Amino acid sequence: MSAPMSHQAKDLAASRARVPHTSMFLRMLLRAAVLRRGRAASALFAMVVAAAVATAMLNLYVDVQAKLRREFRNYGANIILVGKDGASLPADALSHVDALLAGRGIAAPFGLVVARTSDGQPIVVAGTDFDRVQKLDKWWSVSKWPENSIPTESQSPLPVAENATSVEQSSSEGLVGVRALPVVSPKGQEFSLSFQGKTLRLTPAGTVQTGAAEDSRVYVSLADFVAWSSVQPSTIEIGANGSAEEVAAIMNQLVQAIPDADVRPVRQIMEGEARVLGKTRATLLAAAALIILTAALCVLSTLMGWVFDRRRDFAIMKALGASGRLLNGFFAAEAAALGATGAVIGFLLGIGIAAWIGRVNFHAAVVPRFSVLPIVLAGSIVVTLLSSILPISLLRKVQPAVILRGE
Amino acid sequence: MFARLVYESFRRQKRRKLLAGAAIVLGVTVATAMIAVATDIGDKINRELRTIGANLVVTPQEDSLDLEIGGVNLKPPTDGAFLSEADLPKIKGIFWHNNITGFAPMLPVSVTVQHQGKQQDVTLLGTYFAKKVSYGTEEFTTGVRSTHPWWKVSGAWPKDDSWDVLVGERLADRLQENAGGVITVAGRQLHVSGVLSTGGAEDDQIVAPLALAQEVLGKPGAVKRVYVSALTKPEDAFGRRDPKSMSGAVYDRWYCTPYPQAIALQLTEAMSHSHAEQIRQVAQNEGAVLTRIEGLIFLITLAALFASALAVSAAMATTIFERRAEVGLMKALGAGKLAVAAIFFAEAALLALIGGAIGFALGGVLAHEIGRSIFSSDISIPPVLLPVILVIAVMVTFAGSAAAIRRAVSLDPVFALRGEL
Repeated sequence: MSAPMSHQAKDLAASRARVPHTSMFLRMLLRAAVLRRGRAASALFAMVVAAAVATAMLNLYVDVQAKLRREFRNYGANIILVGKDGASLPADALSHVDALLAGRGIAAPFGLVVARTSDGQPIVVAGTDFDRVQKLDKWWSVSKWPENSIPTESQSPLPVAENATSVEQSSSEGLVGVRALPVVSPKGQEFSLSFQGKTLRLTPAGTVQTGAAEDSRVYVSLADFVAWSSVQPSTIEIGANGSAEEVAAIMNQLVQAIPDADVRPVRQIMEGEARVLGKTRATLLAAAALIILTAALCVLSTLMGWVFDRRRDFAIMKALGASGRLLNGFFAAEAAALGATGAVIGFLLGIGIAAWIGRVNFHAAVVPRFSVLPIVLAGSIVVTLLSSILPISLLRKVQPAVILRGE
Repeated sequence: MFARLVYESFRRQKRRKLLAGAAIVLGVTVATAMIAVATDIGDKINRELRTIGANLVVTPQEDSLDLEIGGVNLKPPTDGAFLSEADLPKIKGIFWHNNITGFAPMLPVSVTVQHQGKQQDVTLLGTYFAKKVSYGTEEFTTGVRSTHPWWKVSGAWPKDDSWDVLVGERLADRLQENAGGVITVAGRQLHVSGVLSTGGAEDDQIVAPLALAQEVLGKPGAVKRVYVSALTKPEDAFGRRDPKSMSGAVYDRWYCTPYPQAIALQLTEAMSHSHAEQIRQVAQNEGAVLTRIEGLIFLITLAALFASALAVSAAMATTIFERRAEVGLMKALGAGKLAVAAIFFAEAALLALIGGAIGFALGGVLAHEIGRSIFSSDISIPPVLLPVILVIAVMVTFAGSAAAIRRAVSLDPVFALRGEL
């Protein structure tokens, strides 16, 4: 009976001799986790939660600025381009602006004149591009947007301008301010406006209400406006995306590209935006710091309990002759492995949380930032190392015999 | 005996109790501070958003159309109707008067400026800078300095009772005038106290005290429009409903909610022959921004509560787990499961109450600090929150301890005493 046993033992010894020394180390690490599943799982759980919360907060902190900036773009233009001393802008100004923005914002041209209604009342008539205004000035409360004029009309404005009386052939659609409506077209009927002897016939397509100067105006498409008044747009309103520096850079480029124009920032919007963004970021930073601190404490207390709980393992290893360095290495490796595993799982989870918050609150995904991973990883390992080194340094002072006796 | 056991446990195991107590204190501190910040953030951000400018405007009811291009009024100045300056203090008498953070009347007048023999037509804008107004016994200061915080002056702001004026920076360039100079406006010699920079139409204008503009126009007490800055609730479906279609109780609820429309209606009622309206660019967007930021902070507060609950649970579980030997001894001496569990729960409750109270106080300090350093105004915690926080602290502590206590009391005393698991 003993023969097969010893044979088996020999085989085992032989097989163990062949495996490199490190396998024992790995084995100890793995068995420690497997044998005390409950405690290891709770430590890992704490780590995962902490890493997830930290990842979500860091992700949000980086992304929230961009998200809020988008909300602020709904305030409309933050840059205004006007002709110097009230002059019209050069005809190619808008295409210059568009080329310069290259998708980093939206620009809408405006031309303004004072015309007369059929009973002689003065009224401000503005020509603009309705599609662009619709995107730029989202707060305009419009009952129905008119169609932009047919492009062929704008390409041949001359024949129309020559015999102004024949403009009557077709009436264009206009957008009428709520305060202007009772003056020009109280029953919603067709009306005509005259400017320097030329008449423009309009049907009100809808009304616009903003609570500001727009309410007293009549808006027509830019093509109709130029054909009728021969006045080129004098203002381009630009809603430029990006940080304060990026907007300032766009302004600089505008100044160089269109020297005939004054480039003015809309200071109330820019300053308000900067203030609100700054305060929100600061609040978020404070909240993130508090939450990450709490999560780290959670990991610390769980892990310290776990390591402390295994003082008997520690004592046995020490009694069997393990050196201080080996013991430190063992517990440090264990902590680092736990920290790294927890950090990776937590990172994935945290990205999920950040994406969920982005969808629920901002209706747009928060882009995962993988640059956060090294920070979370390093932070997790530091916290886990700290929480295993503390109890170990306490235990090292104690004789193994005392621990093994259960005192 | 029970009380003594609990007392001795606290006296003898100071380290463990301190550890668990510290976790509870920190958890409650974070939770309290975050709750305080979350409940107050709406008001704070609302006030920050007011720096974008007034969100309501009051105009005369029977006014002719504005003829304004690029901020230059092309209408004969005496044309149209006016509001009465005497009605202005009534703005502070409306139902939501505490939500009115400021207002500024405006009276544009076309004038000619004589300069080095040349004449120039400019707009002179009369307004309040920081005028003391009283309504009943209440005194307050209002004007463009609070409603238009982006206006910057190099030099000094004029006094509201003086005849000093500000000159817009582009106009100042053209006139080659600086702060301290004298300009001749409509036959009057006016002292320039500063140069105004706004980034808007005012850069080409002269801004003067309201009384001066009324004098130049020859209409004492006249005001063309009033910009009102009010803290409002983001507009929702109920806020957008037409108040005329509402029945009594519903109308009252609408009227007593600080929607921009409701405040506009109250302003219309307060000032005779007026029409108040929200400035949609400001009013509509601030609702959106406010909702987003409030939502974000709310979700983050949930995360903070979750993290602190977890930290408290983890600390409690650890401390109880370490006391298996004690449990074994108690059980060997004949204590039942119930008695053992009762001691642990009593200890947990005591810890939670003490830690919760300290945490609440610290949380208050933290919230105050956050408010002061970020928003330079106080964030205070209503004391009624204390019992709520304490109950939550006890509940979380119990929940955190429950699993560990259950395992501890079900241990076989023999193994526990021998120090084996």
